[in-house]
Amino acid sequence: MTDENCPDIDINIEHLMTLARIDLNEVEKVKIAYSLKEILDYFRELSEVNVGGVEESAHAFPLYGVLRNDKAGPAFSVESALLNAPERRDNQFVVPKVVEQ
Amino acid sequence: MSEEIFFKSAHELSAMLSKRKVSSVELTKILIERTKQIDSKIGAFLSFDEDKTLKEAAKSDARRKRGGGGPLSPLDGIPVSLKDLVAEKGQPLTCASKILENFISPYDATVVGRLRRAGCVLWGRLNMDEFAMGSSNENSAYKAVSNPWNVNCVPGGSSGGSAASVAAGETILALGSDTGGSIRQPAAFCGICGLKPSYGAVSRYGLVAFASSLDQIGPMGRSVEDIASLFQVIAGSDKKDSSTFHFKKPDYLACLPKFQSIQKLGVPVEYFQDGLDPEVRAALERAIEFYRSAGHEVVEVSLEMTKYVMPAYYVISTAEASSNLARFDGIRYGFRSKVAKNAIDIYFKTRGEGFGEEVKRRIMLGTYVLSSENFESYYRHAQKVRTLIRNDFMRAMEGVSALIAPTTPTVAFELGEKKLDPLQMYLCDIFTVQANMVGTCAISIPCGMSSTNLPIGMQILGKPFKEQEILSLAYEFESAHGYKDLHPNI
Repeated sequence: MTDENCPDIDINIEHLMTLARIDLNEVEKVKIAYSLKEILDYFRELSEVNVGGVEESAHAFPLYGVLRNDKAGPAFSVESALLNAPERRDNQFVVPKVVEQ
Repeated sequence: MSEEIFFKSAHELSAMLSKRKVSSVELTKILIERTKQIDSKIGAFLSFDEDKTLKEAAKSDARRKRGGGGPLSPLDGIPVSLKDLVAEKGQPLTCASKILENFISPYDATVVGRLRRAGCVLWGRLNMDEFAMGSSNENSAYKAVSNPWNVNCVPGGSSGGSAASVAAGETILALGSDTGGSIRQPAAFCGICGLKPSYGAVSRYGLVAFASSLDQIGPMGRSVEDIASLFQVIAGSDKKDSSTFHFKKPDYLACLPKFQSIQKLGVPVEYFQDGLDPEVRAALERAIEFYRSAGHEVVEVSLEMTKYVMPAYYVISTAEASSNLARFDGIRYGFRSKVAKNAIDIYFKTRGEGFGEEVKRRIMLGTYVLSSENFESYYRHAQKVRTLIRNDFMRAMEGVSALIAPTTPTVAFELGEKKLDPLQMYLCDIFTVQANMVGTCAISIPCGMSSTNLPIGMQILGKPFKEQEILSLAYEFESAHGYKDLHPNI
């Protein structure tokens, strides 16, 4: 991990952490920023490809939204939904206060 | 040929079960004992529920004893293990991540429902790279997996536990998932068979999503017949997954000998260039010669976009992953950080503490390529390149039935060898990502052994929804060679 070998790509790691909602410690910040630069440098090959007039593919085949009939079926029980809750009370998820007084 | 019952194929065991030479309970107990005995050396299992598994086996034996109700499914009573990202109601599901450490599945995946209906015994939960991100199974938050052929080597990834447990005779069959090669690459490294089905052939309901436009669940086993039987059970459309297709499902097992009429097969020249291990190349050349001498016509084809498949795959898969993994926020399920001060802080701390390094790297990468300033030049650009990759593939497939290629550029490498170099690790998937990017089916089967006694894998890529054709070609090779009867000495 030497700076001379590091590709010249601007990475604002703090900004990415905010967007991704992930805390990184100082060591991770350096390590991940470095590897992102290397990988993004490798991605540069893609810019050689002329994509003029080419449509995007979100999937390999065209996909269509499918709606089921509007008919009640078996539902997920409250107990199942809360089964893995980190914290629960009165059939609800407990979270810290989100509204300031 | 090995006489040990745990190395027998599902096909052979099915015959033994119906002739009452063994019961499902006896078979299951043998696998449980074997796993307890050897898994400390391999690390393939993350959890198993012995009592529950034996109860399912007992039910299968009772069904067989009772009779009536028509013939049993060929997989009735056969133990099948699941990669730890497929939901089985009441059982843990960790994705080999700390963030799901105590998660219990509240429902069955569609494929699990299908295995139950076929009478399969749901056995252990298998180790993997965290959230299926990796090619060596060293990214598991719990333990690395070793290759049963050489415990100092990796089993491949991300379905490393699935491949290693099948190869070591700890399970008869397993399900894996394949986003960029995660079934085929470990199958090649461990000397077993693995099928990545066409996109939309198998329901993803109950599969923890990594990259939704690329993920597929697929079968892993020690013979082509075995994976054909397992694929028969799991394939088919599902109203709970709108990306599944309605298609006429042939009898895959019955099709195996059928496709051996003369075919035209393509060999993509780009897959045989520098960087391919000489022993892998030699094994593939022998395999190609086999097909030729069996009467097939073999022609060179070109996949001109090959060089761009890998970077386009990593742009798209990380973008989709960053979006899919947003659901792990510490609010409704899974781990929640104890040190978070407020609601937003829960997200940051939970994800910072709960995800491992590679998962964080890919989320950050996906976030980067989707961020407003980079969206056009990376993500949308890669989506367009993907169109060109598909056109290129379809052009190469014109006039040929299938492509023959190596599964991996090398045999299994040593534990720790690539762990510190993410880009080198990504390049392990160089021959496998093509099938995911174009949504087609591909299989890996053993086609040789290296001088270091490690398995070499051959990949056969087919046309979308023509699994029967590549299974049949694989079966033709397998029937003429002894690789399925080679087992690691562990």
